[in-house]
Amino acid sequence: MTELLVGTKKGLFALQGESGASFEISARAFAGEPCEFAIRDPRSGRYLASVTSAFYGPKVFVTDDPAGEWQEAEGVALPEGGDAALKRIWTIVSGEEDGLLYAGGDPGVLFESRDGGLTWELNRPFWEQEGRADWQPGAGGMCLHSIATWPGDPSRLALGISAVGVWLSDDGGATWRHGNDGLVARYVPEESREDTLALCVHNMHRAPARPERLFMQFHGGVYRSDDTGETWTDIGTDTGLPSDFGFPLVVDPEDPDSAYVIPLTADMDRVTPDGRVRVYETRDAGVSWTARGDGLPAENAYLTILRQALDRAGSGPGMGIYFGATSGDVFGSDDAGATWFTAATRLPPVHSVRVV
Amino acid sequence: MAVVRLRAPLSELAGGRRELVLDGATVSEVLRALEREHPDVTGWILDERGRIREHINVFVNRERGREDTALAAEDRIHVLPSISGGDQ
Repeated sequence: MTELLVGTKKGLFALQGESGASFEISARAFAGEPCEFAIRDPRSGRYLASVTSAFYGPKVFVTDDPAGEWQEAEGVALPEGGDAALKRIWTIVSGEEDGLLYAGGDPGVLFESRDGGLTWELNRPFWEQEGRADWQPGAGGMCLHSIATWPGDPSRLALGISAVGVWLSDDGGATWRHGNDGLVARYVPEESREDTLALCVHNMHRAPARPERLFMQFHGGVYRSDDTGETWTDIGTDTGLPSDFGFPLVVDPEDPDSAYVIPLTADMDRVTPDGRVRVYETRDAGVSWTARGDGLPAENAYLTILRQALDRAGSGPGMGIYFGATSGDVFGSDDAGATWFTAATRLPPVHSVRVV
Repeated sequence: MAVVRLRAPLSELAGGRRELVLDGATVSEVLRALEREHPDVTGWILDERGRIREHINVFVNRERGREDTALAAEDRIHVLPSISGGDQ
């Protein structure tokens, strides 16, 4: 039995099912409200969901039962009396200490919880980062969407933000520095690229088996870093991808040379290329990519897969991979992408997918 | 004292009360008084800047009110979602 948490434009759906068949809806929460993201913390069993009501603002809710009552978490807000308000929580990630969780949001903010998500505090050093006034948002806002922890070491963190690039900390978030060497912002004039801070990271994941390595889907570009995010190498040009534009990315935690992306045609045409839905896999650290589409729609399928709408469970040849599209379809694989099945259809537009 | 009327989910956050009598010289002061009396409402009507959220309407009697709208005794304040957030 596999359980998925699917955040949609119209609430959170918990799906349960067996590989190869349609999943059942086991719970729906926050009916009518946009649910951006939801996870289950495997350490506590607690479910956490970020919900952005158009009326009442962004909140994080927690529960032990997604079909039951949800409790609003405390502290998910910017300092009172300032010039900014929190717009959205994009991601929630388990940290490397008991009870430690991180949440990333718009406008480029990091929150920390040390009690399993019941209460949160803004990371002040990052909020007070010099130059923040010059930061530029991407089309989806100034979203801090990627938080890469270091296995076993809570002091080392990497953040990905659209469009303020990569930020690194070696002291648990007390101080921060850029890690952007090698990233090329093709969407700004050539003469401005070297100095620009407008670096639109779309997704970033660490390879747990080789934690100094990270993979990144950029706004036009796929990159790999082998030095903890300090410098980046292009692995999206002439390597077999139909496009180097896209949003989601996952890695096989067992194989540091692995990554999966779902290319979209281009930034001006954000649909699956040629009407075919395919996930692309590398097993050689981005030297080459191979299409994995057996069982996925192969024609007349112009889907958009958003940045948090791809996840995996387990590792190795039996790794589960699941993703959802704004069409309301959810697809799954239980053989690391070799074959695929349809897990759900006709859901509201999918914002996020996480495997419990 | 102003009479504040709430709908769900705000009324649920205010202990199930759909109508409360609260003290304050302006809309903002009354909404802050609401937050003090019912902390679960904090952040739902006013954001961190102290502004009424974009898609929340606050009516004072029959007129649209703002944070600094002055209140007289027994004014009636209605807090309700606007129709403009419906696309979400």
